[in-house]
Amino acid sequence: MAFSIDVSHFGDMFFEEAQELLEQMEGLLLAVNVESPDKEECNAIFRATHSIKGGCAAFEMDDMVEVTHIMETLLDCIRKGETVLTETHVNVFLQAKDLLKRQLQGHREKMPLVAGFESNVISELRDLANQEKNPRSTHTNPAQKIGGGTANKEDDLAVSKTHFFRVEMPKIAEDEFNALLSELGAKRYAESCELPDGSLALHLETDLNAEELIAVCSFLVNPEDIKVTEDVLSQQSCVSGDAVAKELDASPVSENESYGLFDDSVPLESECHAREQEQQAKLSAPIISATGFREVGPLAAPNLTTGRQESVMPTGSDSTSIRVNLDKVDQLINLVGELVITQAMIDQHVDGLDPTVHESLVNSFTTLARNTRDLQEAIMSIRMMPMDFVFSRFPRMTRELAAKLGKQVKLVTQGGATELDKGLIERIIDPLTHLVRNAIDHGLETPSVRVAAGKSEAGVLSLSAAHEGGNIILEVSDDGAGLDRQRILEKARENGLSVSDDMPDEEVWQIIFAPGFSTCTQVTDVSGRGVGMDVVKRNISAMGGSVEIQSCRGQGSTIRISLPLTLAILEGMSIKTGEEIYVLPLAAVIESLKPASDSTRGITGKGKLIRVREEYLPLIPLHQVFGIQARFTDPKDGIVVVLEAEGKKAALLVDSLVGQQQVVVKNIESNYRKISGISGATILGDGNVSLILDIPSLLRMGN
Amino acid sequence: MNAKSILVVDDSRSLRQMVCYILNVSGYHVIEAVDGMDGWEKAIAQKVDLVFTDQNMPQYDGLWLINALRNSESHRKTPILMLTTESSDEMKSMGRRAGATGWIVKPFDPDRMVDLVKKLIGEPS
Repeated sequence: MAFSIDVSHFGDMFFEEAQELLEQMEGLLLAVNVESPDKEECNAIFRATHSIKGGCAAFEMDDMVEVTHIMETLLDCIRKGETVLTETHVNVFLQAKDLLKRQLQGHREKMPLVAGFESNVISELRDLANQEKNPRSTHTNPAQKIGGGTANKEDDLAVSKTHFFRVEMPKIAEDEFNALLSELGAKRYAESCELPDGSLALHLETDLNAEELIAVCSFLVNPEDIKVTEDVLSQQSCVSGDAVAKELDASPVSENESYGLFDDSVPLESECHAREQEQQAKLSAPIISATGFREVGPLAAPNLTTGRQESVMPTGSDSTSIRVNLDKVDQLINLVGELVITQAMIDQHVDGLDPTVHESLVNSFTTLARNTRDLQEAIMSIRMMPMDFVFSRFPRMTRELAAKLGKQVKLVTQGGATELDKGLIERIIDPLTHLVRNAIDHGLETPSVRVAAGKSEAGVLSLSAAHEGGNIILEVSDDGAGLDRQRILEKARENGLSVSDDMPDEEVWQIIFAPGFSTCTQVTDVSGRGVGMDVVKRNISAMGGSVEIQSCRGQGSTIRISLPLTLAILEGMSIKTGEEIYVLPLAAVIESLKPASDSTRGITGKGKLIRVREEYLPLIPLHQVFGIQARFTDPKDGIVVVLEAEGKKAALLVDSLVGQQQVVVKNIESNYRKISGISGATILGDGNVSLILDIPSLLRMGN
Repeated sequence: MNAKSILVVDDSRSLRQMVCYILNVSGYHVIEAVDGMDGWEKAIAQKVDLVFTDQNMPQYDGLWLINALRNSESHRKTPILMLTTESSDEMKSMGRRAGATGWIVKPFDPDRMVDLVKKLIGEPS
């Protein structure tokens, strides 16, 4: 039957898996203790490499097979104790991991890396492999020599002179058999087994040719009963076991030997070489049988212990999960969003009903509302990813940065399983990376300074994630020098910021988030911590989050980030201006009040200020921002909402407050274009569209 | 008569599912296992006509499984095929001594793989 099975759609699954394996490999490489590597760790790294190679081979990504193959060869020597693991190995392996990641990305995007781009890493790997070409120790047995795909080059392995045969003949006595073996010159390779019909199958390597072989055997058995065929498996293993260099140069993927049966020395049609076919025609007809091999002669027991010990790698506990395209999940989230809106619409109608008359309808509606909420929560949780996704990139960075700065850093992570929306996870990477880099660069001291301060040589940098209400709290803390209050105040004054000596610590620390402040501290580099902190704060605010700093001189600092769990739902305050209803993110709202008639002051050419609790804030009349007709244009008639974002405050003049509600955020940018002052839209219970205000950009307009 | 059952043991999700898919669309009943021990437990619990196993798996590897199956009453003669990469000849020879029936090298051609299975255990049912 001729049919073709398309397996190309398994490629995507492999990409995901290979990505995970690469991360796993990196983690293992970073964890390995170079002085006394744990055997299991080495095995685990080897296995990860091997799995990637297997997958790459299956999906014909030859460039990746090449890299993993060299790595695998080296790692095999290391895990067997034949090669001593060095820091160089680890570094080159890490580079190779990066290369593999790029190659994988290339295949994924159907734009494979240009050959030659990766040559540096590969040649370094090759150099390492070649360095380790020390001959194997004496315990090597003949079978291993033949099969060994690793470093044992032997000059006397003259392939041209040797032949590999499989001989079938009637069973003979053991002493006769041994005599025959020596007669045949089978010094390097001999293995035999009993076939189901009681005859003997013998695999051997000999200098004799087929005719000579039959001639020798005919002393003991009837030549008619002897079947000689060329032994493909042994030949192949001998050739590839020849030398590591040769193996490394050759393309590791062979087209010709795609499968075979051990006990079937006559290969199936796919692996027939012309030469063998000739031989076959002369000697014997193929038979197929499938029995186990029995060991005879000087062969040592196979070493089956490899890889059987306890492992540090998790086993594939994946039978309970499936992989789904993110688009499908997003579609589901959108649909549930619509459902929530529809439910809110019904809500408005049901509110108008008399509960005594329509009791059962109201009750069913309450159940519907609860189920909708549960459904929404359940679907939102699909998009959640563990923080480990972010945390896992820091060991490598910490290691490299610490080495560069001559510091010792111990990285501790907590709460890696805490989940956060995928969109937020991706956006938190940069700010968090910045904070970690700052902590190592400016927070932690050099070993000598630490010892002088009575601390341990290695600084501790800890990353943690935890849920707190509807928020996720991320903390980056170090036990370094802490922030220098005096220095920050001095710098703030030099920068013309209004500060006073009796400001609370929290407010002093917030100064480092001020734009422009950073460069100044970077130059003096005393307490540091200023480099691009304004960017960090802005990014986090853009995600609807906030940043706080706790610091104690000499004891370290903690930066605490609070983020909403998701961007798809917003806790909002709806307000009305003219006929329009807008939604303000509740997180930005401090208070709302009805201003006294004498609280506003005009500034020529700069609009108005309003006095709120002894503080003058810029007054932003919303109707002027969007050019709409408002009911009230005089602050004393309307309502003023005090907003805060990015450390700036302002008062927004609106007609009235409508209420507080959860809204499903719809993107405008992707459907229309970016509008200054608007961050998104939502659909209200009555079906009308309401715009969600972008507070930071509104405040910038006001200032 | 029931379809012939094939046990596929591989810790790599993508490869395992690919092999399963190939065998499944060819009409065979497929049982999946994630490592040697899982494979062993599944092999002794039900009828298995053929075993595909990867070699390199954490904890209980392919050789372990082959040995275990060959020492069991029910699978002394069940065909076992190893999934290998080209370079692992040492492993091939170890597999052969442990009692494997044959090997398949990645990348495998689905049609050829099914041909080999048919040679060993015949049509699916």
